[in-house]
Amino acid sequence: MAIDQIKGGRKIGRYLLLTVMAVVVLFPIYVMIVGALKPGNKVLEHPLLPSNFTFKTLQDAWDSGHLGRALWNSTVVSVVVTVAQVTTSVLAAYAFVFLKFPGRTLIFAIFLATLLVPLEATLTVNRRTIQDLQWINSYRGLAVPFLATAFGIFMIRQVFLQIPKEMREAASMDGLGHIGFLREVAVPLSRPTIGALALFAFLTSWNQYLWPVLITTNEDYNTVQTGLKALKQDSLGQPNLVIAGTVIIALPIFIVLISFQRQLVRGLTAGAVKG
Amino acid sequence: MKKRRWRDSGLALLMLGPSAIVLGVFVIYPIIEAIILGRQRCGVTACRTTGWGQYIDAFRSNEFQDALIVTIKYALITVPIGLALGVGLAVLADKYIKGVGIFRTIFSSTVATSVAVASVMWFFLLNPNVGIVSDWLGGVAKTPGLLQSPGTALWAVSASSIWANLGFTFIVVTAGLQSVPKDLYESAYVDGANGFTRFTNVTLPMISPVLLFITVVLTARAFESFGEIDLLTSGGPKAKTTTLTYLAYGQGLPTAGDDGLRATVSVLVFFVLLVLALVQFRGLEKRVHYGN
Repeated sequence: MAIDQIKGGRKIGRYLLLTVMAVVVLFPIYVMIVGALKPGNKVLEHPLLPSNFTFKTLQDAWDSGHLGRALWNSTVVSVVVTVAQVTTSVLAAYAFVFLKFPGRTLIFAIFLATLLVPLEATLTVNRRTIQDLQWINSYRGLAVPFLATAFGIFMIRQVFLQIPKEMREAASMDGLGHIGFLREVAVPLSRPTIGALALFAFLTSWNQYLWPVLITTNEDYNTVQTGLKALKQDSLGQPNLVIAGTVIIALPIFIVLISFQRQLVRGLTAGAVKG
Repeated sequence: MKKRRWRDSGLALLMLGPSAIVLGVFVIYPIIEAIILGRQRCGVTACRTTGWGQYIDAFRSNEFQDALIVTIKYALITVPIGLALGVGLAVLADKYIKGVGIFRTIFSSTVATSVAVASVMWFFLLNPNVGIVSDWLGGVAKTPGLLQSPGTALWAVSASSIWANLGFTFIVVTAGLQSVPKDLYESAYVDGANGFTRFTNVTLPMISPVLLFITVVLTARAFESFGEIDLLTSGGPKAKTTTLTYLAYGQGLPTAGDDGLRATVSVLVFFVLLVLALVQFRGLEKRVHYGN
């Protein structure tokens, strides 16, 4: 570990650089939090200094932006999408790795090819589909298109492939069927990757912006993202409300990510690091 | 033998069914249908077919060409700067010094901001009336404002986007750095390589697959950018921030309310992205070191 240690002046220099960069990265967040804790009329004076501490602005933003409703909507949609995406991915990945059926390679290739299609290219037709199904302004419209993804299937398939085939054969000798093997061996062995996929799916769903803009017209179906857009449009003269609303909306996801840092790293690096 | 091959078909159908239906209805059907719809112009109730020429006309139109240039500029600003900052911070926070965990959490933190949250934050940071940044910078930042001046608007949007993506880049590069075997550094050290040489000769080649991955993801994000444009500039001023995806889905554009034209533009973006991904992989793959 000799070269991992640095001493003296170089160490101070590094701390200094790290601190300067940390201040730069945190600056926008700091400004928002300070602004959110001030009374409305003080936001524009000395935006960098806290003063007249109050929760009133946060309360007002919560009420006028209907943020409780938006947080609830986003939570429902994202939890449904996460549970469904993990389930569909695990099932499909299992079929591709452990089952023998005609056309397996071809079907997998078709699934994989859907990764090339950017979301944006499908949205116009998907909006028409949702309209035909009369799912505009509904949880179904927000969630159903994302209940399965090729990314999830591919990610789980990669870990299933690392389970030795001999284990399946041995389990089979012991009379364990496919469903039993999936529940008692394959899923427990893949828990870290499944956790990473769950967090990634949740985050992606939570952050959807264009899709809810396209298929919701009723404020009751605002997600946090479209709710923030609405709050910004409705409160142009009251920046304090919008700043406070931004803090309220950012907070839950900060807490989720700090609690699940390890899964996050795995989820984000799934495509990058060979393994 | 024949029987063995077919043995699991029933179960496979059940297990693949849900994914196949969702991918079929919401990815495969829409992309095929979008290619067909892109030959049509649509009103509120009906569409009329104009033919494949619509793709060529749309591609050649000033609006598309301008948006293509804006998007390329946007990618050329955000990708290299974002990548350099992410690598720089990750290398800086890679040594085992006391308290480095706090810095890692701080540098990762912007991954928790959605496009909407990050954009609204930067909307106020850069807003000349709020004065946080404009009071320091003065000049254009004061009137009409960095987001409102045609010369600076794209740079201002880029700043917001680079900041928002920094957490992602930092996390991925940090994971890449941790997978570099430590003995490689040891032997480079023994061979007398200084810090900078170790970085260029050991670190960079070893994390090159990670850098390729980030480049592809950040480029795709630049081409698919919508939320930041919608919330920061609405494509203005003078269409200087109208990117390709905003051209397809933004407000007050020729595509608004015309599903046919929207499909034309978004299918064209799809093909541009395909060509780009191919070029990136072809060009960079040769220089990427995948280990054994």
